Amino acid sequence: MTEVTATGPAQVPEGQAVVEFSPRLLQSPEHELCPGCGHPVAWRVVLEVLEELGLANRSLLICGHGCYTQMMKLSDIDSLQCLHGRAPAVATGVKRMLPDTAVLTLQGDGDMVSEGLHEVLHAGARGERVTALLFNNGVFGDTGGHLTATTVLGQRTKTSLEGRDPATHGHPIDVARLLAQLDGTCYVARGAVNTPGTVARTKRMVRRALELQMEGAGFTFVEVLTMCPTGWFVPTPEGPDYLEETMSATFGLGELKAPGGP
Amino acid sequence: MGGGGGVTRRLMQGSAAVAEAAIAAGCRFFTGYPMLPFTELLECMAARLPAAGGVCVNAASEIEAINMALGAAATGARSATGSCGQGLALMQEGVAELALNELPLVLFNMARGQQDYFQATRGGGWGDYRTIALAPKDVPEAVAHTQLLFDLADRWRTPVLLYGDYVIAHTSVGIEVEPVVFPPLPPKDWALDGTMSGTGRARQIWTWNRGKPNTPGAGPDAAWKRIADKYAEIERAEARHEARDTEDAEVLLVSFGTTAVFVDRVVEELRADGLRIGSFRPVSLWPFPGSALAEASAGCRAVLVYELNAGQMVDDVTMHAADRSVVRSIGGVSQDASGMRQGDLLDLGALRARVREVIGR
Repeated sequence: MTEVTATGPAQVPEGQAVVEFSPRLLQSPEHELCPGCGHPVAWRVVLEVLEELGLANRSLLICGHGCYTQMMKLSDIDSLQCLHGRAPAVATGVKRMLPDTAVLTLQGDGDMVSEGLHEVLHAGARGERVTALLFNNGVFGDTGGHLTATTVLGQRTKTSLEGRDPATHGHPIDVARLLAQLDGTCYVARGAVNTPGTVARTKRMVRRALELQMEGAGFTFVEVLTMCPTGWFVPTPEGPDYLEETMSATFGLGELKAPGGP
Repeated sequence: MGGGGGVTRRLMQGSAAVAEAAIAAGCRFFTGYPMLPFTELLECMAARLPAAGGVCVNAASEIEAINMALGAAATGARSATGSCGQGLALMQEGVAELALNELPLVLFNMARGQQDYFQATRGGGWGDYRTIALAPKDVPEAVAHTQLLFDLADRWRTPVLLYGDYVIAHTSVGIEVEPVVFPPLPPKDWALDGTMSGTGRARQIWTWNRGKPNTPGAGPDAAWKRIADKYAEIERAEARHEARDTEDAEVLLVSFGTTAVFVDRVVEELRADGLRIGSFRPVSLWPFPGSALAEASAGCRAVLVYELNAGQMVDDVTMHAADRSVVRSIGGVSQDASGMRQGDLLDLGALRARVREVIGR
């Protein structure tokens, strides 16, 4: 059994300081998500970009159903919570009526890839001028750790107890790769939030996607691999490395499609 | 014929007339998935809406359609979609979501017959909600109902439904579609346009009604109780019906939608034969005009329900008739070979025979 000791505040190296910072678009930092969850980091990146691009007062969030619905509840963004899987369809109706507004959808992998593959692919093919965000942790976190369409091979969930076996449970879907093939999409990228470096890179992806949306270039998509140690049944501190070894290894990070080539 | 009266009637198919009425009512977003006999309405909206400053989107499924229409409605735009009963079955998840988010939307059911009464009046979505449903008897009434429904949807912030059918969708009539002026509506201060983001008072539409830290919501319990109360109020305020020759009637013939045109003709004939018969038509299927039916059926020795299905509206008629023991169903399943429209029972002779058989004359 690991001994847990109180360590006090983190040691800050000489000459450096920890600056407390909350994005202005966060009304409260008090989310109810599990320790080690990657969603808050991923969402913070989105809020920062909205602020930096000056889109704060002309942005609208279409939010799906999952742990990340928490993010909608805490954010100072006009929001519409919609049915599981349907965010890209709802966003279509919104954006067609509000063409000058930055419209974002936020979905998890269960929401977008399991229940809503149809909606996201057609929105992409139509070239809807929205930014679709996928927070992919490879598991239904909100229901307590069940297999989704992106659960990687070998991963144990409550509905794949011996690990995902393709003979029984099929293969994970790489939705970014599917979207990148469609003529209506103009930007498709996959980032992660398991290290400071991937967070910084993900932020650049979100920024590029939103810039292209506002230029009217087409459908933009950013997938963010996020940690879910609770749903993965791994110790909380191991979440970032587990993500690296399983999800990043399966899906790969980077821009799959961008104007002028990735 | 008097010339130059300023009235310009045009020969129009019912679907085109309904499309004109929707546009006249301010509909600016329409979407759908083709399915007869709804298809022509979608075609007309695709042809006409862009010139009226609106958008018509080809949906890849009825599920996509209802959710797109919901998104447009959430911005405050007048929005509509539709199908026939089979497609509306797929849309039920969205209808419930609209109702519990208090979003207005007009749904067109260009039904393949009269077998969607339960779907129209009970629905198939989750939660405590109802859908205002109007069933016009002909094209001019469908045109009037379409404009009324856009008003009712906004006034009550709820999805509403037009129960049309093949007869309405495909019959051509000479008609003039003029915008109807309704009493002023409250501003749509609930609509989302993104401009409240970053103000500290961002808006949120969510069936759970939890709100945000600076603007806490009522929560699901209080929100859903209030919505249930709203539907009780609609039930009191919006019931509509048409009653004919009911004052002295000993036999009452009850029907809905286009079937009522046939019923009224038979009532005229049987009256001419000396039978004291009248007719009653719920114009709103929900709210069902229950107290009006109770009044119209008082003293009747027979209340005959003529609907072309296995017996759906008869439940509502039985619930509200002055004497439920005299309610009889004389309709039945009746579909033509194409599956697109009513069958042999939509016939004056067949109806006359069934009435005479039951009342013994």
